[in-house]
Amino acid sequence: MKRILAVIMALALVAGLSACGAKPADEPETTSVQAETPENPVIRLSTTTSVNDSGLLPYLLPAFESATGYRVEVQSAGTGAAIQKAIDGNADVILVHAKASEEEFIDGGYGVERLPFMFNYFVIVGPKDDPAGIKDCADAASAFAKIRDSKSKFVSRGDESGTHKAELKIWGDDAPDAANDSWYISAGQGMGACLTMAGEQQAYCLTDKATFLSMKDELDLDIVLAEGEDMKNTYSLIAVNPEKIDGVNTEGAQAFIDWMLGDEAGALIAKYGEEEYGTALFTLLK
Amino acid sequence: MESFRQAFELLFPPDKELLQIIGVTLKMSFFSTLISCLIGLPLGSLIGSQSFRGKSFIKKLIHTLMGLPPVVAGLVVYSLFTHYGPLGRLNMLFTVRVMVVAQVMLITPVVIGLTSSFIESASKPVIETARGLGFSGLKTARLCIGEGRSSLFSVVLNAFGRSIAEVGAVSIVGGNIQWKTRVMTTAIMLETNKGKFSFAIALGIILLLIAFIVNALASFTVRENADG
Repeated sequence: MKRILAVIMALALVAGLSACGAKPADEPETTSVQAETPENPVIRLSTTTSVNDSGLLPYLLPAFESATGYRVEVQSAGTGAAIQKAIDGNADVILVHAKASEEEFIDGGYGVERLPFMFNYFVIVGPKDDPAGIKDCADAASAFAKIRDSKSKFVSRGDESGTHKAELKIWGDDAPDAANDSWYISAGQGMGACLTMAGEQQAYCLTDKATFLSMKDELDLDIVLAEGEDMKNTYSLIAVNPEKIDGVNTEGAQAFIDWMLGDEAGALIAKYGEEEYGTALFTLLK
Repeated sequence: MESFRQAFELLFPPDKELLQIIGVTLKMSFFSTLISCLIGLPLGSLIGSQSFRGKSFIKKLIHTLMGLPPVVAGLVVYSLFTHYGPLGRLNMLFTVRVMVVAQVMLITPVVIGLTSSFIESASKPVIETARGLGFSGLKTARLCIGEGRSSLFSVVLNAFGRSIAEVGAVSIVGGNIQWKTRVMTTAIMLETNKGKFSFAIALGIILLLIAFIVNALASFTVRENADG
């Protein structure tokens, strides 16, 4: 009995210590808010990994939060899950990149309006010696055809994310079948894990540019094809429809959308990435 | 309820891909359990039944390793088997075999730790008797194992349960590749990421069902043996 008590005491001590440790980090947050705190200050943003992991949101949000007094809770997952979370009533606004799924979301009455506001290009990355010889292809579809003909290894997200849907659209009617085409690796994981796998296996992979550039140093891969007409990747904002979903922070969602479509965010987005990667990662529509 | 319906539909008639995933899951869990028990049961019995210098240190070490986060084990195994890693030449990354390696790393300490404490508590009277009769250490250990047999059986099932339910390590080293290294837990994770939550729960129900069947079969076999 004594021993069990001692274990519990030790655990309680550790928990207490870590709680104390967390406190100082909270303090500056409450003092740095300049704007008046809105009535419902929490905005739940459901978004895709490419927007969050590329560092764009961590870069934009402090400016938004100090300008408006809102606090944005970001949940990042693949586009499929990001949309499902909103349908389940766990988000106020979504920021995703899969046109067909977005339109389905709107048609189902879950979203108010689809607002495309920025884009970038998917890129095809692959082994430095480009074994399938796709360097000079005009677009992704012809590059994919060469990869298929040479049976070069290709890592697919396979997770119904925006990137996976874009990949399937490029394959068109003759998408490879992972059960029979052993060169086609359907990983079912996030972008980072798939790029790591492509590096390990010296395989091709379709990726958003931002995630690739942020991992480039650890990967033995190069961008082989960029900026084909069929590789455009458009991001949209959609406010969740309060008439369909309970408990939505409509004012918060609108404030976030207004700010994101405004000049201040526009200027920040247009130059994001220049400092770190030498090239802007996103381009504004308009 | 929707999840139960989907689970039923997946099983009757059985979905081809699901069967393949279950096959990989069972294969991985079986070999992980087998190897970790081959290492852990003898070592644990030895530690539990003997007294020697440094024993309490070794026990602390094992108890710490029992709490090793699966993700960390996965990362360690990954960095061993990565292309430029020390074992990269074996070309084993993203295979079922390397998933077993990671699992063994996770489960063996659990097997050692549980075995030694079961043996220790079950064996005190046995050890005293054996010492009185002047038995050798090995013979004492054997007697202790005899006493704690049913507890050891639960250690084995515990090991199996851990390995069939693990997700963090196997997704890192296995890669969750369709038709190759995808197991039930990583499939559940994938469906969750897709946003297909009720389908993910359906897979969870099937996973529980498999675990139940394995447990039932195992205890049935053991009872048969005990009777015979």
